[in-house]
Amino acid sequence: MEYIVAVIILLALVAVVVLRPLVLGVGEDDRESVSREELEAAKEAKYREIRDAQLDFEMGKLSREDHRAVDRELRAEAIEILKQLDAADGQASGA
Amino acid sequence: MDPRRKRKLRLFVALTAAILLSGALIYTSFSASTQAKEPSDLIAGAEPGRSYELTGKVVQDSVDKSGDRLTFRIRDRDGRESLPVTYSGVVPDPFREGREVIVSGELKRGTFVAEHDSLITKCPSKFTKDEQST
Amino acid sequence: MAGLGSACLLVGLLTALYAAGASLYGARSGSRAAVVSGRRAIYSMAGLMVTATIVLQSAFLRSDFSFKLVAEGSSTDTPTFYKFTAMWATQDGSLLLWALLMSLFSSAVLFATRRSLRDIAPYATAVLAGIAAFFLLLMVAWENPFTTLAVAPVEGAGLNPLLRHPAMMIHPPMLYTGYVGFAIPFAFAIGALIVRQTGADWIRATRRFALIAWTFLGAGIMLGALWSYAELGWGGYWAWDPVENASLMPWLIGTAFIHSIMVQEKRGMLKIWNVSLIVTTFVLALLGTFLVRSGILDSIHAFGASTIGAQFLTFIAIVILGSTALIVSRLDDLRSEAKLDSLMSREAFFLVNNLVLVGLCVVIFWGTFFPLISEAFTGDEASVGPPWFNRVTTPLALVLVALAAIGPMVPWRRASRSGLVRSFRLPLAVMAVTLVALLAFTNSANSPLALIMFCFVSLVLTVVSQELWRGTRARRTITGDPWPRALGQLVARNRRRYGGYLVHAGIAILFLGVAASSAFQDQQDKRLSPGESFSAGGYDITYVRPTAEVGRDTAGTGAPITFGAVLRARRGDEVTMLHPSRNFYPSQNLEAGPIGRFFEGEATSEVDVRWGLRRDLWTAVRPDIAELEPAIREANAKFSSSGNDVQAIVIAAIVEKYRNDAPPANFRAIDSPLVSWIWIGGAIMILGAMIAIWPSPEARMRRVTSIYAARLGKELSQA
Repeated sequence: MEYIVAVIILLALVAVVVLRPLVLGVGEDDRESVSREELEAAKEAKYREIRDAQLDFEMGKLSREDHRAVDRELRAEAIEILKQLDAADGQASGA
Repeated sequence: MDPRRKRKLRLFVALTAAILLSGALIYTSFSASTQAKEPSDLIAGAEPGRSYELTGKVVQDSVDKSGDRLTFRIRDRDGRESLPVTYSGVVPDPFREGREVIVSGELKRGTFVAEHDSLITKCPSKFTKDEQST
Repeated sequence: MAGLGSACLLVGLLTALYAAGASLYGARSGSRAAVVSGRRAIYSMAGLMVTATIVLQSAFLRSDFSFKLVAEGSSTDTPTFYKFTAMWATQDGSLLLWALLMSLFSSAVLFATRRSLRDIAPYATAVLAGIAAFFLLLMVAWENPFTTLAVAPVEGAGLNPLLRHPAMMIHPPMLYTGYVGFAIPFAFAIGALIVRQTGADWIRATRRFALIAWTFLGAGIMLGALWSYAELGWGGYWAWDPVENASLMPWLIGTAFIHSIMVQEKRGMLKIWNVSLIVTTFVLALLGTFLVRSGILDSIHAFGASTIGAQFLTFIAIVILGSTALIVSRLDDLRSEAKLDSLMSREAFFLVNNLVLVGLCVVIFWGTFFPLISEAFTGDEASVGPPWFNRVTTPLALVLVALAAIGPMVPWRRASRSGLVRSFRLPLAVMAVTLVALLAFTNSANSPLALIMFCFVSLVLTVVSQELWRGTRARRTITGDPWPRALGQLVARNRRRYGGYLVHAGIAILFLGVAASSAFQDQQDKRLSPGESFSAGGYDITYVRPTAEVGRDTAGTGAPITFGAVLRARRGDEVTMLHPSRNFYPSQNLEAGPIGRFFEGEATSEVDVRWGLRRDLWTAVRPDIAELEPAIREANAKFSSSGNDVQAIVIAAIVEKYRNDAPPANFRAIDSPLVSWIWIGGAIMILGAMIAIWPSPEARMRRVTSIYAARLGKELSQA
């Protein structure tokens, strides 16, 4: 008996939590910051790579030419990401 | 050497190494293994001088400890046949009459002479449906 | 109360199924609301699992024996500390622990990714919900931890004495945190494959979870080894037992995974390899959970024929087949973005490292399942033991330690010859000096393999020190900071790199301990009467006198009777007193008699170890109480109907008899050099992992400002 009462009450509680978005709808804030979060993460990762390569060069693991080549490539990739971030921001403010 | 051929060569070397190593693995494991047998298997036919892993239940009231040496009888898990075992070495904490054990050794003139320290006892079953009284 | 617990399980199962359904529907139809609803269902499931756990734990703490689990695993005289851990000593309770951890971790990752990975997250949610549903189904249909007994017994059976050790409190939850943790990257990998977004996004989002899982699993394994050494009566820390192997295998593949994802992040390579690795890690984690619960392999951990073995195997089969089919169907999306430029590059070395780790896992898998393999091929069930395992894993372990030294020295893409020479000059020189010193001043030459390991360990430690020194020096030339601050800043700003190097140092030190203690230990088993002596290693050990106590269990496990010995160990000028003993727990079996049952129950060895940095002296005793049997039988007859206090006095008198006139007892003493460094190395590994996991302050600040910037953008657009 306790079991059945508990099941009913718990089901009701869960339903309240779970059905809220279906009933009340979802906030629009997400649309923009969405892909922005992923781009931010990619940007962070690229910055880390640039710093890592810099550290490797300072420590003597990479020669000057090798570092220059790698650094150029990585910075180009970072600029690409920054451009995409700007585009995402542009969409947000321009809309 | 052009890149494609280089990659094919690397793949070939890697596969050959893998096959050789697998062969070594298989060979060493089969030659170093001991077979798990129950008492009825050994009674039916055991090669002299060959090391076996004997598994079964310790027969009730068969345990005798005198000094360094432990003797008991092992019987088939679901059977009647049993063998006497003499053992010296660490006796695991859960060892008890009625429990399942595994011990390595050879069958010498009707008695299973166990290797030193080779006795393993299974922990009492907690996860089975049938209850045990300890 | 048990009804509430069972209700939580049933509703939890329904909620999990809903979560999967809603997420899938939301993903296919584009309905954001459905996806958010599915995510909230996971949060609800977490709440339900927490409630269920509280219900069960409170039953244990109250000693409510109407709960079958409490009656079987606890008793009123079990110390409170162990009442709390008894939950995961049982099959049903540990399933609940799995479900609890699964729901908490899933909630955490879904909360963290609620604004990102829009396409992948719904499918990942469905996978996570499916896994949780499996464990809930096991409990609801077969192994309900909230089963009640029609008649509640007055007293419970008590926790198995072997498990009454602090390490046992945290060993299972740590292992499970590891297993569950790896489910997170697995779910996101599946999601990424389904939506064909096979870039590094899913890796970046779940990397921390993989690292956390790896750390906890590793810590759990170490605790198991430490428990074996400090609690069991054989004096070893690793027996290549199937259950030990079952936890090690996912850890090895997990190690391979956390290395190779770096290659995908940096160069977009090894995509197929990475998804395969995480699937394998998760499958091995499930297998590890399953192996402990089935009698399929003979092992000291074997818990007898299981009632849920078939279900587990079915689930594992579904995971393997489903994942493989998915990977094969997405092969086009998993093509590498770059090629291997040179064999002298970090990518190549990571690949070799992966091959060695996978090789180790294959070897261990082969040996663990050998009884089944040989039965399939030859009809005879045969098994391989520790000697075989040691023989095949040692060369691979040597290569692994060597790689841990070489890897950090090799840069990405291509290493220049001059760079390599500069990097390796000092470490190789130090290794050569170490080799000469070991040959000249120690007897290491007696074990060539140990000697090689010592050399490789010195290589790793030199490499790590060199990295730290060079990095600090480079920082100083830029910032002019004093040495300590420069070093601190270096590590703080490059946590992943230097945390990782610290882990490498830790594993090298761990292997130093393993090699030294395996190759150079001295173990002696002797039977002694009081006053006699023997020697082990460099120690002279004398059996001073026997001990016998009633109700004074120094290990805190609640044992009423303890028999032991006082030993004096002398080595040169140093004298240590050791007190190994054996705890006797009462048996529930009344056939032994009211007095006799106190001597007939489980008995555990309480070892005494003289811990040391240079060597350990490990001692254990096996008292012979056979001579007390006449007195026990007499007491059984005379005092069978006496009250408890009279019986207690009688027992104390019998125990006193042992102390005054003890027969010879069996002793084992082991002199193990450098064995403590295994635990120290393990601790260093965990510290290094924590440094690598900890988010760096810069990234955190940048993330916060970007959230504000997003809000600003949104508000501006609404104006």
